[in-house]
Amino acid sequence: MALDVTKTHVLHEWKYGKPMIACRYEPQGRFLFSSSEDYSLQRWNAESGEKIAWEAHDSWVRDFAFLPDGETVISAGCDDRIIFWPTAAEKPEPKVEVAAHKGWVRCVDVNGDGSLIASGGNDRLVKLWSPDGKLVKELAGHERDVYSVFFHPDGRFLLSGDLDGKVHQWEVATGKLARTFEAKDLHSYNGGQGVHYGGIRDITLSADKKTLAMTGLHKASNPLGAVNEPLNYLFDWESGKEVRKQPADGIKGIGTNIDFLSDGTELVASGGSGGGYLLFFKAGEEKHFHNLKLKDTVRGMSVHPDGLRVATTHYDGHIRISKMTEKAA
Amino acid sequence: MARNIGCNVIDHAVSRRGFLGAASAAATVGGLLTPAQAEAVQSGQKRILQLFLQGGVSQFESWDPKPGTKYGGPFRAISTSVPGTQICELLPHTAQRMHQVSIVRSINLKTNDHGQGRLFMEKGRRAGEFPYIGSVAAKYLSPKNPPLPGYLHITTRGLTDNTNAFLEAQHAQMRLEGVQAPANLARPDKVADEAARRREEIRSRLSQRFAGRSGQKAFVESFESSFELADRLMSQKPLFDAEPSAKDVERYGSHPFGQRCILARKLLENGATCVKVTHHGYDTHAENFNFHLEQLGEYDKTACMLLDDLHDSGMLDSTLVMIYSEFGRTPKVNQRYGRDHWGASVSVAAGGCGIKPGVVVGSTNPEGTEVADREVDAGDLFHTWFQALGIDSTADHTIPGKTIPIGDPTKAPIEELLA
Repeated sequence: MALDVTKTHVLHEWKYGKPMIACRYEPQGRFLFSSSEDYSLQRWNAESGEKIAWEAHDSWVRDFAFLPDGETVISAGCDDRIIFWPTAAEKPEPKVEVAAHKGWVRCVDVNGDGSLIASGGNDRLVKLWSPDGKLVKELAGHERDVYSVFFHPDGRFLLSGDLDGKVHQWEVATGKLARTFEAKDLHSYNGGQGVHYGGIRDITLSADKKTLAMTGLHKASNPLGAVNEPLNYLFDWESGKEVRKQPADGIKGIGTNIDFLSDGTELVASGGSGGGYLLFFKAGEEKHFHNLKLKDTVRGMSVHPDGLRVATTHYDGHIRISKMTEKAA
Repeated sequence: MARNIGCNVIDHAVSRRGFLGAASAAATVGGLLTPAQAEAVQSGQKRILQLFLQGGVSQFESWDPKPGTKYGGPFRAISTSVPGTQICELLPHTAQRMHQVSIVRSINLKTNDHGQGRLFMEKGRRAGEFPYIGSVAAKYLSPKNPPLPGYLHITTRGLTDNTNAFLEAQHAQMRLEGVQAPANLARPDKVADEAARRREEIRSRLSQRFAGRSGQKAFVESFESSFELADRLMSQKPLFDAEPSAKDVERYGSHPFGQRCILARKLLENGATCVKVTHHGYDTHAENFNFHLEQLGEYDKTACMLLDDLHDSGMLDSTLVMIYSEFGRTPKVNQRYGRDHWGASVSVAAGGCGIKPGVVVGSTNPEGTEVADREVDAGDLFHTWFQALGIDSTADHTIPGKTIPIGDPTKAPIEELLA
């Protein structure tokens, strides 16, 4: 069946039973990996929903990435480590463990040919690693915690987003900072509460490589009480100019993940005090044209390689698989 | 009866002037202490530093970590300078100074309400009109003619409470809006010295006349003392005007909490009896872990620099340091990665004057949902603070017409915490 996001519906609810955090589909589409607050990782058969779970890190895992062949998954932990695991092993054991950052590793990504892994953390650094876990480069320049990393598909640039609402574009070969995108509304400082809030929660690029998109939150009138709304920023890649801001008016939450679908639709997951949503935007428009409210707040999202299914992780201990097509008869 | 570990109220009344000469001498010895620090040490005055983590710091992310348990959250526990004692990894500087600090992990406040929790922690009573710790300290620990108001609170938010309750007005909390000098501290330029002197004479004569009337003496005394205090505060304006040194800014941080702690040190060095510094941002119903990273990241080093300076000047022995909130946070992590209000298993930390260092009192169960051992509450803490300061908390406040127990008579000091 063809993609039709207006017909998106929940296909499966798979229960783990503990509050869940992040998820990511394996590039071949065989498995979905997820993490939960009990420090474990889960591997789900993408078709049957069968799972295995294992003790992995000494803390929460906030992100995953895969080497291009899908045979190695890398988990980013709040125990300062990234760990490389054999994707399909009956009983996964670490292949490589790296003490990657001083403080949480919040994000990880792999470049197109699998020669470099990027990680970002609470030490405000971005680091590049070889597939055998050796440090290749350290990129300093963020003034607050690094929340997201994303390799440009042509491999020349790496993008990293931080709590301040800044996305640095690094030249991978030299480690030089090429330019910075400023998504100012994705950060705020609340003087009364004394807190910085927001951040670049996720970064992606359109299939035609013309539009850089990022998501997070704005209208944070009460950060400590989760009074805020999701917001996307779109930039023109060539000129670096801001193209559009896309608020999701009236929905209380944080844009946790953003991805482009095959028809150019932006898919954003939102979780927070207003519940969990899948929000659908057109790059040329400010308002979302469709949304699907999910049963529970969303914490992570990943689109299946088939481009038709999307997995979300939930506080209520479930994975939900939604299909972006008409329901099967 | 009285826990006498030092001076009493009368000592303070005579000590300050008596020690001025000795203080000056000490200041010159080696030049290690500033004159203010030397005087503070030599005066024998006891004082309080309150570091109030407003909103309710999470006990899991501070003094009672439970990594790897159902509600433990993502942070790990780290070892400290006290063998066997671990605290959350968000407090690495404090961990290195744990031999100067003690923890109570078994406080059950039986309230999850900000206001009730704060009042209980400050008054040592669940209800009723009673003075705050700072006001009680101001009354019994301040010298006769204090150079500063006895109870100062550096904050930018908060309620205006009746902190002194039935104690005299001069013991009420004076709130400082950040590090700015109080408004109208400088005499208006238009008022010349002679005019100011004449005004004061007239005001004083009127007060004396009014005091002669039946039943008005105490009221006028309180009124007079407020004027005297204001006058002394005006003379302390340079304390607020002086920019902190580059070294202090580097050590304490350039953020508002750092600036407030530098001012707190100056106020304590210059004769304040109780200084409360509020650090905001702990009411973390959402993103508890991100916000504790941020807030405790700011708190930890700054507070430790202040602790170091009090220690190095010799003032820590005579300064009770309280690190506390109005309650703690729920074991259960909510759907927004937040923790909500929780009073059933709360921790505080303390050090300095009269506190046995490096002690951990009480414990919670493995998941941190309830007190497992040595349950205490804010009434017991109240007694403990004053016993540590050498004040008999079982004695009475004497006010015209009646006596009122200083501490809740049904509560008792935590002896394990007392030096």
